[in-house]
Amino acid sequence: MTAPSTQTTKTASGIPALLKTAFINAVIALVLFSLMVGIRTEAGSEGQLTYWTRFGELASLVAAVFGGSIVIELLRQWIGPAGTEKLVPPALQKGMSLVGRYLAPALLIFTLLVPVIFYNQRYILDLAILVLTYVMLGWGLNVVVGLAGLLDLGYVAFYAVGAYSYALLATNFGWSFWICLPLAGILAAFWGVLLGFPVLRLRGDYLAIVTLAFGEIIRLVLINWQSLTGGPNGVSGIPRPTLFGIPLNNSDDGLAAKLGIEFSPTHRIVFLFYLILALALLTNWVTIRLRGLPIGRAWEALREDEVACRALGINTTTTKLTAFATGAMFGGFAGAFFATRQGFISPESFTFQESALVLAIVVLGGMGSQLGVALAALTMIGGFELFRGLETYRMLVFGWAMVLIMIWRPRGLVGHRAPTVYLKKAQAISSDLVKEGHG
Amino acid sequence: MDYFAQQLINGLVLGSIYGLIAIGYTMVYGIVGMINFAHGDVFMIGGFIALITFLILISLGLTAIPVILLVVLLVSMAITALYGWTIERIAYRPLRHSFRLAPMLSAIGMSFVLTNYSQVAQGARVKPIPPFITGGYTLHESQDGFVIQLSNIQIMVVITTIVLLAIFTWLVSRTRLGRDMRACEQDQTMAALLGVNVDRTISMTFVIGAALAAVAGLMYLLYYGLVDFFMGFVAGIKAFTAAVLGGIGSLPGAMLGGLAIGLIETFWSAYFSVEYKDVAAFSILIVVLIFMPTGLLGRPEVEKV
Repeated sequence: MTAPSTQTTKTASGIPALLKTAFINAVIALVLFSLMVGIRTEAGSEGQLTYWTRFGELASLVAAVFGGSIVIELLRQWIGPAGTEKLVPPALQKGMSLVGRYLAPALLIFTLLVPVIFYNQRYILDLAILVLTYVMLGWGLNVVVGLAGLLDLGYVAFYAVGAYSYALLATNFGWSFWICLPLAGILAAFWGVLLGFPVLRLRGDYLAIVTLAFGEIIRLVLINWQSLTGGPNGVSGIPRPTLFGIPLNNSDDGLAAKLGIEFSPTHRIVFLFYLILALALLTNWVTIRLRGLPIGRAWEALREDEVACRALGINTTTTKLTAFATGAMFGGFAGAFFATRQGFISPESFTFQESALVLAIVVLGGMGSQLGVALAALTMIGGFELFRGLETYRMLVFGWAMVLIMIWRPRGLVGHRAPTVYLKKAQAISSDLVKEGHG
Repeated sequence: MDYFAQQLINGLVLGSIYGLIAIGYTMVYGIVGMINFAHGDVFMIGGFIALITFLILISLGLTAIPVILLVVLLVSMAITALYGWTIERIAYRPLRHSFRLAPMLSAIGMSFVLTNYSQVAQGARVKPIPPFITGGYTLHESQDGFVIQLSNIQIMVVITTIVLLAIFTWLVSRTRLGRDMRACEQDQTMAALLGVNVDRTISMTFVIGAALAAVAGLMYLLYYGLVDFFMGFVAGIKAFTAAVLGGIGSLPGAMLGGLAIGLIETFWSAYFSVEYKDVAAFSILIVVLIFMPTGLLGRPEVEKV
């Protein structure tokens, strides 16, 4: 498990050196796990602590580390040192652009057909809706992090604002989903601007902690403002969405009755699927269009070089605020969708883990690449689902996956970018050349 | 007035614990320029190791409390330091020259790993210990019967913090290692050219940070009498807030920020509402940063074009 340093890679060629590295790693593992794994504590019935030993597990873990480091070391020597290339070679670039050209439409067509193919598989439809929600959140955060280069660790706050806006408006005033959806977006955008103001002058990690603190403040207020939000119990009985006023239920006014077909609960799931697909595509379309407009170019310029931006007369205040507001608005839409889909929301759904997950999707997607974000959301959420059976081990696997993916591809899955603005002809560049911004 | 004095004492004690964790954040930030998100969980691991060592020592029949405390302190510092070293080696070193967000996400992943590792290894339930250090002093008793208490454990937390800070300041300002650390902070390439082992220095930074976090974990265990697998998250965020409030990269700033956060939290709970104490701490952070974008003692970062 301990990755051997670069020095050992150069010198360790023989088997004795290999065994030595593995042995050292095993000893380190033994010390690390000795108390945490070797001894299990538990609070007894009267509050007193008891403990018992688990040397079997400890031994097998240490053995696994010993074997694992031999395997890793052998793999490392077999693959050889990893090199990085700045410009994508022409042949590869051609192939990738060909794949890139057809991959996105193919994925889109496949997504459109998902409810047809998997009509009777409720589980797959639910999972697809979940993946699309994260695709949308990823695309929304991509505006802030990927385009404008502003690090936002509290994106889940806007998701929460959107969800609670819809939930409270719908349960208190009985407003329909289609009225509340824009309102949820506007409210979230408003909160985005509110967050944007204090952080205008902040850079880098100061920005990170303030956005993180903002997310936590929203969550804590949701937990503690019991009279409005219901506190930890959340809001329940949130109305389901309607097809512009036609409910999707088994009543006489329902869609099934009006169309004269037999009612099935799957109709609602399929409707929700197309709803989130439409919202996600809207996010994508707006982002792509904005990138071509002066404001979108200003975002990217801000990411590349803030000082130059100012020198060229770009108003960094409005640029940053619009980025926050746009990203937040999409988060709000996604939140409203989440509320209507679940029918129940509580502050538990809006923890820092969600923010980290969405940020991981954006970074894994390659920061700024729309296709990459979609693929990353599919990988992360799909992969997360695969380990559902593991229960408590699931987050452990997820954490390791985050670490290993970052080590394997720090620049994300999609390693090249198509620039928005170019001279003469468009050429895909390596994502190493794209800056990540200072903010 | 008496109530105020009592809260002041409580706040300073809490602030000392935050300060010890915050130093780990600020040191790592100063030298590698990344937020070590897993640091809060390293603190939690420190607490757990202290708890387990306590249990073993007591079941071995040891009764001398000073001996127990010393052994627990040393064991938890040593093992937690090794955790810090391993984390740096696995999750951060391969990403050292990568772009800024990659090590941060790797750190967030590592934090999930540690939280869930201790949940899997030690169970999800809160682990209480009986109070070890009891007793204290009554400083002042007013007519209406309110007593200002200063418990022995509070004295111990504060004294340990002061002693550690003294050792630590000496380490950074007077020793070869401290000089190497400051050199790496300024310019890693130049430091390497002048014969400083950069890899080793960075490893040592993580080791020292983790050892201080382990002390904070032990103090937390003694002061509150419990540990659980999730305590690292909240304490970590608070300590990180403290580090940023004090000006990230500045060591006195981290301690100052820790005390400030501890005092804000305690006074807010005492005079306003317990529920909103974290909201108050975070809000004050935001307000301070609006007026002082680099924290209380931080140096402004000048970007050269």
